[in-house]
Amino acid sequence: MAILIDERSRVLVQGITGREGALHAARMRAAGTDLVAGVSPGKGGQAVEGAPVYDAVAPAVAATGADVAVLFVPARFARDAMLEAADAGIRLVVCVTEGIPVRDMAEVTAHLSRRGTILVGPNGPGLITPRRCSAGIMPADVFAPGAVGLVSRSGTLTYEVVHELTQAGIGQSTVVGMGGDPIHGVGFLECLELFEADDETEAVVLIGEIGGNDEERAAEFVREHVSKPVVAYIAGFGAPPGKRMGHAGAIVEGSSGTAAEKKTALEAAGIPVASAPADVVPLLQARLERRPSP
Amino acid sequence: MDLLEHKGKSLFAGAGLKVLPARLAFSQAEAQAAAGELGLPVVVKAQVKTGGRGKAGGIRLCATEGEVAAATADILAMTIRGHGVSCVLVEQAIAIARELYLAISSSRAQRGPVLIFSAEGGVDIEEVARRNPAALVRTPVDPLLGLCDYQVRDVVAAAALDPELAGPDGTPAKQLLAGVVRALWRLYRDSDATLCEINPLVVTTSGEVVCLDSKVTIDDNALYRHADLKAEFDAGAEDREARARQAGLAFVALDGDIGVLGNGAGLVMSTIDQIAAAGGSAADFCDIGGGARAEAVAAALDVILSTGTVSALLVSIFGGITRCDEVARGLVQVLSQTCVDVPVVVRLEGNAAAGGRAVLADARLPGLTVAAGAAEAVRLAVAGAAAPAGPDTRREG
Repeated sequence: MAILIDERSRVLVQGITGREGALHAARMRAAGTDLVAGVSPGKGGQAVEGAPVYDAVAPAVAATGADVAVLFVPARFARDAMLEAADAGIRLVVCVTEGIPVRDMAEVTAHLSRRGTILVGPNGPGLITPRRCSAGIMPADVFAPGAVGLVSRSGTLTYEVVHELTQAGIGQSTVVGMGGDPIHGVGFLECLELFEADDETEAVVLIGEIGGNDEERAAEFVREHVSKPVVAYIAGFGAPPGKRMGHAGAIVEGSSGTAAEKKTALEAAGIPVASAPADVVPLLQARLERRPSP
Repeated sequence: MDLLEHKGKSLFAGAGLKVLPARLAFSQAEAQAAAGELGLPVVVKAQVKTGGRGKAGGIRLCATEGEVAAATADILAMTIRGHGVSCVLVEQAIAIARELYLAISSSRAQRGPVLIFSAEGGVDIEEVARRNPAALVRTPVDPLLGLCDYQVRDVVAAAALDPELAGPDGTPAKQLLAGVVRALWRLYRDSDATLCEINPLVVTTSGEVVCLDSKVTIDDNALYRHADLKAEFDAGAEDREARARQAGLAFVALDGDIGVLGNGAGLVMSTIDQIAAAGGSAADFCDIGGGARAEAVAAALDVILSTGTVSALLVSIFGGITRCDEVARGLVQVLSQTCVDVPVVVRLEGNAAAGGRAVLADARLPGLTVAAGAAEAVRLAVAGAAAPAGPDTRREG
């Protein structure tokens, strides 16, 4: 099954005639994605990567049955593009764009949740179900199909951990980059719930960082609702308070949102926390071996 | 971007909120002149972008011109939580009947704004939250519907103002408070704020509702919609951070001596943690983002090395979309042209990493070491920083 996307997903790219849009449309297709359409206002009638380009999302959905939209749209137009995708009936919106105003994201998440549209991002690499579908900018070469689900707040750190997993022969079911903004779509909780219910996923890796309390809430959720093994990695122990560490959402505010606090909460819920990205591998191996065989 | 009190109050005044007559002063003479115009007594307040200035002695009530001069001199010489004080706000003093707390803040958990009110104002609100959580009214505001009338009524009810109390023109204080709540919401929304806090919001003995302080944070990502505030942002940034931002880098100065640069915020944070775990200390957080742009690498090195206190440099790249061989060529180009006289450790992993390592090896740059992995890179950088300064490897002075 995997989660959120698989080989049946029909992917549409908003902003497909732009440099980034065209580049990543080609990469997604090479990674096994069923790329069915592109959208660029005023550019309808062209074709990119064999996919027909439409002026708007609604006619593209009507003609192709697209159910996933991946956005490569500048920050100031991203709000409108996400609303358009949701109103056209898209099931899953993936937004890679960085630098979208907080007010725009508050409005977008409110509208999408009323529509029942799922959002991944913004300010993240999207998601991938290895060899079957990539919706975003993750480097497919690093991934291998398998049974570990991964959900992360950081792009490069995700690739780093996945690289270690793949090298160790541990494949992935689905890998989700939730993005580094304070207001975003699916997070640890939603993904944990999906991974718990997914037949193909046997264990879950959480990659967190400073800021907010998503990790603490995830720890609580795992304690109550997750039977599969979960391990974690947290970045930002050395971050000073009040400074944004690259990601808009990566900030220690007052005394809350620190890495140490998150580590404590996760460990208290029985989730081992790796001290370096590479250490996720032995932690995961130990947890998988400890499981009783069916 | 955090605004100073006086700037926040000018936004408040523009939104129809009542603030007291005040003047900004950069010297004793200016402060005394301001007090003369406003009339004594006045309050002299340090203008700093941090909390806790009251406890630090940065707010003084002055009854005479002599007191104004002395208070201004003292405050301008202060450093409050690491922030120097370049100016003070000289403000009329008033007779306070009640101190309230009112704020609207962006909440991650609510995925939108939350209105926070307390009838106990003038104190640290986090302390109120700990001591007496029931004293706080927290109301999520729907970003699409906006603030509803019933939510405003809830706040007014929680304030429990004297129903007889009315302002000079006869408007009931309760009605004035409702007006403040609505105006603050409009300001929050229209200025793309992520925080608008009034602490204390005071009810005066003459029945007026006045903002005695302001704490306003504007969303950096939305500054393109606010040209006036954008100019302030560009002018107010610390020099190194401003230079880094112009070059498209995310940069934060830290206290240590190992310069760090990498691609990706999480990766760089993780590298800083691993340096600390190995007994070292990072000098900065610097994310050059995706792509193999030599000019970004050059700008990053320039910013990181500009303090002269860096004794080793660690470059950590994980090539996802980015090709490590292109990053390596960018590094070679920059390092062969720039005078970097501290040990440089480079770690390349992922896309075209082997090719990248070969490019670095072929360049034979003195002082540059290619590490086999993240752990080795951290170990080498920490060792390099701790090594005694040799004539060829360390910058002089």
